Amino acid sequence: MSTQTVQTPGPAASSGAVGDRTPVMTARGLVKRYGHVTAINGCDFDLYPGEVLAVVGDNGAGKSSLIKALTGALTPDAGTVTLDGKPVAFHSPLEARQQGIETVYQTLAVAPALDIASNLFLGREIRREGLLGSLRLLDKKAMRSAARKELNALGIATIQDITQPVETLSGGQRQAVAVARAAMFGSKVVIMDEPTAALGVRETAQVLELIKRISGRGLPVVLISHDMPAVFEVADRIHVHRLGRRAGIVEPKNVSMSDVVSYITGAEEIPGTHDADPDQAAHTSEVAP
Amino acid sequence: MTTTTSSATGTLGRSRADGVRRTFARYPVLGPTAALVLAIIVFSVSTTTFFNIDNFSLIVQQSVVIGTLALGQTLIILTAGIDLANAAIAVFGTLLLTRLTIGGTPSAVAILLGLVACTVVATVSGLLVTRIKLPPFIVTLGMLAVMTAVTNLYSGGTTYPVPDGLLTWLGTSLYLFGRVQFTMGMILAALLFVLMWFVLSKTAWGRHVYAVGNEPEAARLTGIHIDRTLVSVYAVAGVIYGFAAWMALGRTPTADPNAYQTGNLDSITAVVIGGTSLFGGRGGVVGTIIGALIVAILRSGLTQMGIDSNYQNLATGVLVIAAVAFDQATRRRG
Ligand SMILES: Nc1ncnc2c1ncn2[C@@H]1O[C@H](COP(=O)(O)OP(=O)(O)O)[C@@H](O)[C@H]1O
Ligand SMILES: [Mg+2]
Repeated sequence: MSTQTVQTPGPAASSGAVGDRTPVMTARGLVKRYGHVTAINGCDFDLYPGEVLAVVGDNGAGKSSLIKALTGALTPDAGTVTLDGKPVAFHSPLEARQQGIETVYQTLAVAPALDIASNLFLGREIRREGLLGSLRLLDKKAMRSAARKELNALGIATIQDITQPVETLSGGQRQAVAVARAAMFGSKVVIMDEPTAALGVRETAQVLELIKRISGRGLPVVLISHDMPAVFEVADRIHVHRLGRRAGIVEPKNVSMSDVVSYITGAEEIPGTHDADPDQAAHTSEVAP
Repeated sequence: MTTTTSSATGTLGRSRADGVRRTFARYPVLGPTAALVLAIIVFSVSTTTFFNIDNFSLIVQQSVVIGTLALGQTLIILTAGIDLANAAIAVFGTLLLTRLTIGGTPSAVAILLGLVACTVVATVSGLLVTRIKLPPFIVTLGMLAVMTAVTNLYSGGTTYPVPDGLLTWLGTSLYLFGRVQFTMGMILAALLFVLMWFVLSKTAWGRHVYAVGNEPEAARLTGIHIDRTLVSVYAVAGVIYGFAAWMALGRTPTADPNAYQTGNLDSITAVVIGGTSLFGGRGGVVGTIIGALIVAILRSGLTQMGIDSNYQNLATGVLVIAAVAFDQATRRRG
């Protein structure tokens, strides 16, 4: 992790180096059908070390389904996923988390009645040492201080009392709790599904700040969003998702926001791709600049 | 927190109501505790017989079996489930303990077998809920009918006198300061409540029970094994029902297949009045103790005021509806 930080002096440099580095995570030919709906239709995916990769696309394009397939929250009907070059097949979100992949789901996956510290450690509680630990006794003090530390490290200052139930928090604060949990346990990849969708301007800025801090630790971040200003502020590369697959990859420094909107709707062809020819879809990663 | 909201939402009066609502939402035993204190004060003032230590001891003795059934019920309701079969399982337990002992099985072994039997039956409910994905209401409604029938077949419809000894031991009394009467059943029930309070609030399993009841999809995405947690909850509840069976024999030394026919509903009443939410994930065993005591105090106090038992039932019913309405009101998001 520390070596990655050294290798990533800044967004421009990291995206320039993409071509000669091995991806942290890839997917090839992913398919997922829900009855007659094909949510993922032969989708490819590449995530490189240290980058912030935005995944953009219309509502219903299959972005959430893609990240669920990558993180074990759903099992794809076909296709392969690799992590650090090795094939993986996660059968549950737990298996992906154990490999260091943390996801902030669109639904946040928090239990509103439980307090902040309990939510941060849900399913991964710190236990007391020795005999008391084998009785599965919680070490509440350790969890609270670790929670406090993480919130401070991420600059989440608006949350005062970590023993308060999550349901007493604002939308932005809840999002911050979910992001903090991912940051705390993510050791390889952090994925966020529409983290700013329900937020106001100020709260959105705070979440983008969190993304930058996590990225600053050297962790690659996948940001699913259709908030173009947000994407252009933090992303190194943009994965354009259309009709259940990757339509192409662009870099924010080479295109405008309205270009990307045209790519999303299919009004304009993405440079370097031959979208009319479906066989080319599998090769888009090699065509990317 | 409250100040931020008040400046955003407007009037001061509303923000104070908001704060009160939040406080009740965060500490669900506050409401039931206030009701309990109020009931004690009202009955102490309005009757001469209510406020004395013997009456209090009697009230607790009367609450022990339903209270213990309600303890198991609390666990299941915390997972957003419900158990309509709990009393039927315990009644089957009373007959099993008694008939085994009458048939020559050492009573300690009979008690152990009774605990195992109750645990197995409740676990089957849990497996049906998780494996076949049936609603707990339906599963335990079916289990209620099955256990009632099994108990009637096993007993031949008759009652059995319970042999003296270990089976009725929970009915024996201790006198604190030579004055205050405690039964062994009361002490065992108290120990079970303390144990479950401890497990629910201090262990990872306890956190998972609340999470599964509050937001199952979140629990799943954070890697909690929902089915395993649910089955374990039903199993633990079954052990508690087994103890309730033993306590029942201490209270009345007759194994009666027709006893505790409204025990399931009475236990749900205690849980709900105690502030545990029927939607799962909120509440706990402290509330259930208070809820069980409120029901018993209401009956005792109203009886001593000479009020007909139909009105007692009516009052209990109103209280249940009020408790659920209160729960809903405090949950409404602001
Ligand atoms: N659990 C599901 N059952 C049935 N259809 C689903 C389910 N999840 C997603 N879909 C469908 O798959 C398509 C892609 O959805 P989704 O991945 O949520 O898209 P996005 O996140 O890009 O908005 C949509 O048409 C959606 O209705
Ligand atoms: Mg989505």
